[in-house]
Amino acid sequence: MSAQPTAPAVPPDHVTIEIDGKSMVVPKNSMIIAAADKAGIAIPRFCYHEKLPIAANCRMCMVEVEMGGKPMPKPQPACATPVADGMKIQTQSQRALSAQRNVMEFLLINHPLDCPICDQGGECELQDLSMGYGRSVSRFVEKKRVVPDEDLGSLVETEMTRCIQCTRCVRFMADIAGTYELGGMERGERLQIGTYVGKPLMSELSGNVIDVCPVGALTNKPFRFKARAWELIARESIGYHDALGTNLWLHTRRGEVLRAVPRDNEAVNECWASDRDRYSSDGLRAKDRAQKPMIRRNGELVEASWAEALAFVADHLRDARGDVGALVAPLTSNEEGFLLGRLLRGIGSDHVDHRLRTLDFADAPVATPFEMPIAAIDKAKAILLVGCNPRHEIPLLAQRIRKAVRAGAKVHAINPVDFDFNFDLAGKAIVTPAAMLDALLGLAKAANDAGHLPESSALAQAIAGLSADAKAQALFKLLADAPESVILLGETALNHPNASSLRAAARFVAKVTHSAVDEIPGGANAVGLARAGAQPRQGGRDAGALLANPPKHLVVYHTGSQDTSAPAAFDRARTEAQFCVYVGAYACNGVQRTAHAVLPIGLPPEIDGSYTNLDGTTQTIDAAAKLPGDARPGWKVLRALGAALSIPGFEFTAIDDVRAQMAADGASPVTATNALRPRIEPAHGRLVRIATTAIYASDAVVRRSPALQAHPLARPACVTLHPEDALALGLGAGATARVSGVELPVELSTRVPRGGAWIEAGLKGSAHLPPHGASLDITKA
Amino acid sequence: MNRVTSYLKSLMLLELLAGLGLTFKYLWRPKYTVRYPMEHIPKSNRFRGLHALRRYPNGEERCIACKLCEAVCPALAITIDSAPREDGTRRTTRYDIDLFKCIFCGFCEESCPVDSIVETSIHEYHFEKRGENVVTKPQLLAIGDRFEKEIAAARAQDAAFR
Repeated sequence: MSAQPTAPAVPPDHVTIEIDGKSMVVPKNSMIIAAADKAGIAIPRFCYHEKLPIAANCRMCMVEVEMGGKPMPKPQPACATPVADGMKIQTQSQRALSAQRNVMEFLLINHPLDCPICDQGGECELQDLSMGYGRSVSRFVEKKRVVPDEDLGSLVETEMTRCIQCTRCVRFMADIAGTYELGGMERGERLQIGTYVGKPLMSELSGNVIDVCPVGALTNKPFRFKARAWELIARESIGYHDALGTNLWLHTRRGEVLRAVPRDNEAVNECWASDRDRYSSDGLRAKDRAQKPMIRRNGELVEASWAEALAFVADHLRDARGDVGALVAPLTSNEEGFLLGRLLRGIGSDHVDHRLRTLDFADAPVATPFEMPIAAIDKAKAILLVGCNPRHEIPLLAQRIRKAVRAGAKVHAINPVDFDFNFDLAGKAIVTPAAMLDALLGLAKAANDAGHLPESSALAQAIAGLSADAKAQALFKLLADAPESVILLGETALNHPNASSLRAAARFVAKVTHSAVDEIPGGANAVGLARAGAQPRQGGRDAGALLANPPKHLVVYHTGSQDTSAPAAFDRARTEAQFCVYVGAYACNGVQRTAHAVLPIGLPPEIDGSYTNLDGTTQTIDAAAKLPGDARPGWKVLRALGAALSIPGFEFTAIDDVRAQMAADGASPVTATNALRPRIEPAHGRLVRIATTAIYASDAVVRRSPALQAHPLARPACVTLHPEDALALGLGAGATARVSGVELPVELSTRVPRGGAWIEAGLKGSAHLPPHGASLDITKA
Repeated sequence: MNRVTSYLKSLMLLELLAGLGLTFKYLWRPKYTVRYPMEHIPKSNRFRGLHALRRYPNGEERCIACKLCEAVCPALAITIDSAPREDGTRRTTRYDIDLFKCIFCGFCEESCPVDSIVETSIHEYHFEKRGENVVTKPQLLAIGDRFEKEIAAARAQDAAFR
């Protein structure tokens, strides 16, 4: 037989290399260090980071490389040397080790010997590697370099003398966060990392520079000097301030969460965490944390035992005869939402809702999982943002979009404010809420013009008289032509007074263009609560109706007034209620004033619970921290209440039984309809409120985190007007305006469209204003 | 034969006499025992007794809350809480040593990078109430302040061997 060519086992675009005598097949153009990491061969490194671009400036990863039988004349940096077929790499040879040791000696020349007072001590990459590669005695007798520190704000502490100039933080801010806030000044030994202008880091992902910093130059400021790495117990948990469900490690000591760091999950948060998830844990220990059950006796709220308080609440709920409503904050766990729904229905009421910021309930909307999963968004080719500021709604979603843009995606935005994105827009329409509806209906009309008919007659009617302009046509073409396209509906679209029309138009356009529709859920667990049935099933009152027409008996579950679309109405509802029970974590002034009973329960890090994220993935976490005082997990409190009211289905003893019941019940039936709300036209000649939830006011815990509240992004309420509108009203920057009875400072910006007045929601100062899309009376104060 | 010899030996009380002979021998030699409260035996400068926290000559406390002593303590007798002081330096807000747990191994002293926690030669102390066994930071600093001279002298003597 003639010699047969042997089929090589090497897949295309792969090469065979040998590291430390171990043969392996790796993708072409990958770096040696990546191949070694995959094979579990440790190469020391400081500047290389899997998610960051390669800099090769620490020179720690020197290895000996042999190509085609000839050794390369000098050791090569493994992080910046691409693999080639037949390459032989020695990571432990005499030459490689000596190169690594020498580099380490240079790195340690200017590094201070202050490990005992350095917060990174015990979890420091430099400390670890110097144990293996450092000399025990320094030969350096000259003066060491000292670098002045910069104040980077309330979240990141600096000690720049410790910096080894790996530039990971610079690359993170430039490539991942996209804000280019850090850079290197001067050269060589004098190289200094800083902002140059000396202002705080404004990025909502700034905390990640702490994780990427291999030394103690950048550390966690609220955590400063609090504990050592070896004292902390890391417990798996998730973030609960946005619907992403960022995977976290909560570092706890004696049952107290001292800090949070991201846990790798490629499908959710990669290896990053937003500042909101990282720094909120101090909010768990706020002064107004509810510690003991309380009941109102003779007009006074007094502490009571759990037995007393539960009997008191059960008596009142039994007497309510079905005239009960429940408002559930969207950070509530699936189990609690399920049990609360069952409890309410058990006492003959269907008035339960978690969609607290929604204004338009015409199509009975519930949060649905992303049609294009978040991990696929970085590969999208066309993205349309409608009423969406991903940087503030879900900071890591903005990071995904940025990735897509860098890979060539075209992003268009139809937004009520020209938000400051960390990616470039291919086109934008910055219009008032009413005109936003026109823009989207115009896009639907363009789809209609392309020969497609909307399924719902209501939408067909809405677009009947319209004509699609060139911009809408172009946008439609972009979405239709792109292989992977997605329409992202954000907060200002979903909380729009005509959200049903926006949603219908977006869905129609998406169907025609084969795009996905991703609606950003309004809160951490909105998708899960919708499945668990924490919304009306048989014609009960939704959150809007509950606020407008409140029942006599109110169950407020974790909800604060600033979590709702109408804080004033919420306040009125609980003040006027015959009986209002607050089941939640914070006995704030409003609760002290209005509640007839307070049942203290735990927040997500303190209880067992499952949460469903924006992809529809349910993540189950165990309690990571101790409950404060006499507080109990919400599901136990609801179980006790259900049993006291003798409602069937509350006989379980463990949370697994609740989960089994939830699985048996299946997801709550979707009641969504095609109905559209009649168009709400703003009053002529008056400015329209544009309400976005302030990033550091999104829920009760964030609002109580001192570090986040000290950040420049957590500003007091102000009204931002277009300069020309302000001129017409006689208002200048820094003036005070009277906005529908509330005095607010004025800021001017051309980011706001004419006819709009941008006032962030969730803040104390803006609580008593009409919601998004409503007309405002603005005069000079 | 053996049995006969041992029978005779025990009959003549030979072992007893040998033992009493030793007793009489020591009766005339100098005594080892000291009259303890009045007399003390000399102590090594490495004696490990009650703990103390030292200060620098300028009055600044030495401890920087690095928590190495807490980590190295095999009996888990040390509890430290730390926070930034007003001037931004790293300081302990709590430094407790539970003397019931402490086994006086001296690891804390050994691990301290700033010679702050030391074991003094004090070994005569008592507790009257439950809870007094936990010595706190002010107490430890007070011990250090009072015996600084002796502590420094003992450290100086031992410096050449460290």
